[in-house]
Amino acid sequence: MDFTIAAFLIQDGLTSGAIYALLGLALVLVFSVTRVIFIPQGEFVAYGAMTLSLLDSGKFPATATLLLVFGVLAFLLDLWDNRARLNAPVLLRNVGLNLVLPGVIYTLALVLAPMQAGPFVKALLTIVIIAPMGLYIYRIAYKPLADASVLVLLIVSVGVHLAMMGLGLVFFGAEGLRARPLSTGSFSLGFLPISAQSLWIYGSTIAIIVGLYLFFEKTLLGKALRATAVNRLGARLVGVRTQLTGVTAFVLAATVGAISGILIGPITTIYYDTGFIIGLKGFVAAIIGGLASFPITAIAAIGVGIVESFTSFYASAFKEIIVFSLIIPVLIWLSITVSVHEDE
Amino acid sequence: MKHRLLVSIAMAATLSVSGLATQAYADVTIGVTVSSTGSGAALGIPLKNSVELWPTEIAGEKLNVIVLDDAGDPSIATTNARRFANDDKVDVMIGSALTPGSIAVAGVAAETEIPHLAASPVPPNVSSGKWTFILPQDAGLIAKTLFKKMQDDGVKTFGYIGFSDSYGDLWVNQFKAIGAEYGLEMIAEERYARPDTSVSGQALKLVAAKPDAILVGASGTGAALPQATLRERGYTGTIYQTHGAVTFDFIRIAGEAANNTVFASGPVMVPENLPDGNDTKEEGLAYVQAYEAKFGEGTRTQFGAHIHDAMAILKKAIPLALEKAKPGTQEFRAALRDAIENGGPFPASQGVFEYKPDDHLGLDERAVVLLTVEDGKFKLID
Repeated sequence: MDFTIAAFLIQDGLTSGAIYALLGLALVLVFSVTRVIFIPQGEFVAYGAMTLSLLDSGKFPATATLLLVFGVLAFLLDLWDNRARLNAPVLLRNVGLNLVLPGVIYTLALVLAPMQAGPFVKALLTIVIIAPMGLYIYRIAYKPLADASVLVLLIVSVGVHLAMMGLGLVFFGAEGLRARPLSTGSFSLGFLPISAQSLWIYGSTIAIIVGLYLFFEKTLLGKALRATAVNRLGARLVGVRTQLTGVTAFVLAATVGAISGILIGPITTIYYDTGFIIGLKGFVAAIIGGLASFPITAIAAIGVGIVESFTSFYASAFKEIIVFSLIIPVLIWLSITVSVHEDE
Repeated sequence: MKHRLLVSIAMAATLSVSGLATQAYADVTIGVTVSSTGSGAALGIPLKNSVELWPTEIAGEKLNVIVLDDAGDPSIATTNARRFANDDKVDVMIGSALTPGSIAVAGVAAETEIPHLAASPVPPNVSSGKWTFILPQDAGLIAKTLFKKMQDDGVKTFGYIGFSDSYGDLWVNQFKAIGAEYGLEMIAEERYARPDTSVSGQALKLVAAKPDAILVGASGTGAALPQATLRERGYTGTIYQTHGAVTFDFIRIAGEAANNTVFASGPVMVPENLPDGNDTKEEGLAYVQAYEAKFGEGTRTQFGAHIHDAMAILKKAIPLALEKAKPGTQEFRAALRDAIENGGPFPASQGVFEYKPDDHLGLDERAVVLLTVEDGKFKLID
């Protein structure tokens, strides 16, 4: 081990750590606001990466069709829920949100897919396709159970994860896909070559962290989300619509997932089932952050990335064991130091 | 009272339907279990697709084909095999796509005395079973070809990177068994998992060890990740890949990085390039053309070819067995087993099968070719 190799490993660890950080933040966000341990977060990453690489090859991404199907399901569920008071504004809102929105996105994908637009248009289109999935998944799977226990919500998450993974196999096939980078080329920092894509990863991660910070500190909706996270019942008593905050958390998580997919898609091969293992690494970071703290989660994620890259050098056969063992001392520490409190 | 009448009518109907079904099973019944979902889906889906290309009858006997999904899970494969044996009364079982599933099916086949064609490699203790015959090339055969090629290329030391599962272990074990005969030394051994997002650490260590060549023990597009990373990290030596890596998806993912690589492969990937008169050319072309006409250009895989080869064997073996017994009887199963064991050689797309009582692998060096990549296409190395 010399300095060159260490520098390579640190760079590699930072790159994957940044992705894990995004996933960890999304997990903490969803959990603190809705108490859902959002296992399918990784699927958004896989969907994002694979949608982008399909767009790269000029094919129409099946995720747009899936969005349409989700929309119709949500529409029917909303219709059923509101069957007692089916007036024009309710119906209009339902049609607009669940039918028109995915319809417009579907058409957009249909038009843009064969055009081979620039990489940023494709990336934006990917985000636009994936982000509303958060909305519909919340509507279909979680909203009817919003007040259930954490365990029930976890079981629902496992179900959603399995369903999304299965759909991924149907849509993308069993073999891996690799997207084209947002911008090719690299430059060297001394001896260390740095690819433009990894700069995009660092930049986007920092931008998203800053963006989330501003959102939570400066906007009313962000403050409502924080209030829900601190105490759901209390937030509801002072007039925060916890359903709205739930939806917002899911859409944010799906957006962050899609962005992670766009960032990671060009640097590795993504399979329909890759999302789960990436999600788990983010989950390790989120656990270290106690499923509550954004800054600790982000730092822990970078740590996970670096530990992973060094173990892959020293003991590659034991890499996953070492990474997932990180969680054990943290759990012991948390169980000793944190007093148990369940407020619901 | 009325209810009871309805129930008995329904039961009578069910019985007569199942009676009909039993009659229909006088045709030759084949049970296929493959992993068309789950972790082995990349292998199982082409297998399942290839079943659709099978003929509907052999020697005037209608074929009843039942395809089940085992999701790569050996316990589901066992359940499927039991269903084949008890409910469907199959004459022959085929599967699964992954080794653990095949071992499970082989166990049921031995117990219920039904001939079994395994579509994945299995360990020696299973392949020496009386009722199980192996379709894919044995790892030893592939390893010998690869090590011989390394020796001819002047390779003395090599670094190894492979899956951290039984497929990755397979090649290390082969090297330990026969590598010394070819004057080879393994100076670094690294592992990774298929869903890993980066193998930079492993690649750095391999490059730092300065081996003459690198051997990758991985399959499908999973084999492309170390290939691409090694090239990115400036490794310029020859990379050797096993037959598991030989898919068009590999070239699609690896792109430029696929150059200067030697692959051991079954001949079915390049039947067009084989010389006329080659024993595998005719069957190989027949399979590849039929498959790609149905599923699109460049979709052929070696995995799917095993299903074609199973049929190539059965086409010859079933008429032999029909001389002795009627389908659906235990005598027919025993006769079919004997016909597979002694009726060879069976020319097929991946090699020429000639099973013997003490050899249920049945393939020789005609089942391996060496390939390289040129201009984004697999080329035969002479």
